[in-house]
Amino acid sequence: MPTLGKPIASIVSAGISKFGVREGLYTRELFAEAAMEAFNECPNLNPRRDVQALFVGMMSDSYEHQAHVAPLFLDWIGLTPNPAFRTEGACASSSVAMRTALFAIASKAYDVVIVGGVEKMTHVSTTGVTEILAMASDFPFEQWHGISFPGIFGMMAVDHMHRYGTTEEQMAKVAVKNHEHGYLNPKAHFQKLITVNEVLASKPVAWPLKLYDCCPRSDGASCLILTSPDMARKFTDTPVNIIGSGQAQDTLSLFDRENFSSMKVTRLSAEQAYKQAGVSPGDIDVAELHDCFTIAEIIAYEDLGFCQKGKGGHLIEEGATCLGGRIPTNTSGGLKAKGHPVGATGTAQACEIYLQLTNQAGRRQVNGAEIGLTENVGGSASTGVVQIYGRGD
Amino acid sequence: MADSTHNGFVRGTDGQILPVIENFYRFCGERKLMAVRCMSCRALVWPPRAICPKCFHDKFEWQQLEGKGQLLTYTVIHFPPTQFQAIAPYAVGIVKLLEGVQLPGMIRNVKLEGLRIGMALQTDFESGVLKEWPRWPRYFFTPTD
Repeated sequence: MPTLGKPIASIVSAGISKFGVREGLYTRELFAEAAMEAFNECPNLNPRRDVQALFVGMMSDSYEHQAHVAPLFLDWIGLTPNPAFRTEGACASSSVAMRTALFAIASKAYDVVIVGGVEKMTHVSTTGVTEILAMASDFPFEQWHGISFPGIFGMMAVDHMHRYGTTEEQMAKVAVKNHEHGYLNPKAHFQKLITVNEVLASKPVAWPLKLYDCCPRSDGASCLILTSPDMARKFTDTPVNIIGSGQAQDTLSLFDRENFSSMKVTRLSAEQAYKQAGVSPGDIDVAELHDCFTIAEIIAYEDLGFCQKGKGGHLIEEGATCLGGRIPTNTSGGLKAKGHPVGATGTAQACEIYLQLTNQAGRRQVNGAEIGLTENVGGSASTGVVQIYGRGD
Repeated sequence: MADSTHNGFVRGTDGQILPVIENFYRFCGERKLMAVRCMSCRALVWPPRAICPKCFHDKFEWQQLEGKGQLLTYTVIHFPPTQFQAIAPYAVGIVKLLEGVQLPGMIRNVKLEGLRIGMALQTDFESGVLKEWPRWPRYFFTPTD
């Protein structure tokens, strides 16, 4: 065991709604579902007495024609008149909310807060969702030229294949693995196994990415109860500490970068988080990665130091990232199978690590997991957040 | 208030064509692919920006680009945003121009299975402007003659 960094904050409870097609529900109702689970899982917490502020990530107001959601969600979980803060960082919205909450706790402004994220997407057509998501790319220089998000990651994949010989089969194996994991997660959008051949034969979206290389549009919410480290024991005997947290930004658009096969934001935020946590990539027992497209998980392996640059395709082929492997990734099913309600994803990743480190992950439990990591990126990796967690018991 | 309607350029108080995105696309309407050069450090900057990313200076002059370059990466979009449905599947890519700047854009008049990293491309332009904002004519790339 390495000597771990000082805890920044502690997770004392977590809640996650069922992810998937949640017909007829509004974001506020999904958010309340996740919040109630977090409250119920922590009997020592009296929400009205103890929770001092809400931090929430949500990407787009367009899905529900609803802005000003921080007071709305606060009201729907019964916590007015406390302050509520909303952050937006595309697919990393709730990881940014989480970091904002960490600053609030570290500054001693609050001792106990709720942080979460939500998105309701499936009532909008796939074309409509494609268009709303594309708003997180550069309007005059990407959207205007017909470049979609799958298109951006398609260009990253072509570059990675050209440079390192990564194959469509290797990318397909990421999808197959994440469906195997999602199959074991009752909250996941999909509990369905798929094969490499099914991925390869699925409809092209943005070559070389096919339908089964892409995460679905999903509805869902997730949240955490965060406390200052010295307060955690008041609420639980098994807190999970956040011991490293890093964030970095890159150009909004892809075209102006030196390298399309690496995500600078992941490299830089991982560097910060590893240093703060006092751990190295080899110490990580379980990780939730941003597999919005299969290539993104392969690139994340490399940028997080789980393997050498260019060897991400080999890592998945070896089975190292499957349950039972050297470094299981996306035990929740990842964005690919658990689903990707954009704003909910960052805190949903943290929920999975909380479950893993408190031995509550059921059939997908990584035995003896002590140290976990989450990697969440927004847009074409214009925002990146990496956080590291350790058991607090 | 600067006049950016029709084909008018956005101009400063002394009449100069300001280094802004709108004017980059107005130049496209004249079939000119333009970048800006920082008047302090001489860096070539694309797209035009308010602040030089190299030296933080804020005065630029326009420079026309030849529009020839090499394909760095690409993809073929089969499932496009609404506006592009009629033309799917289509190719988009990132092109490094001879002058050193990198531009994203569509690649037209090319066999999709013939796309290759490193292939030589040149710039062409759509004609006409749309009725509503942003009224921008697009540049795009085609294989070099």
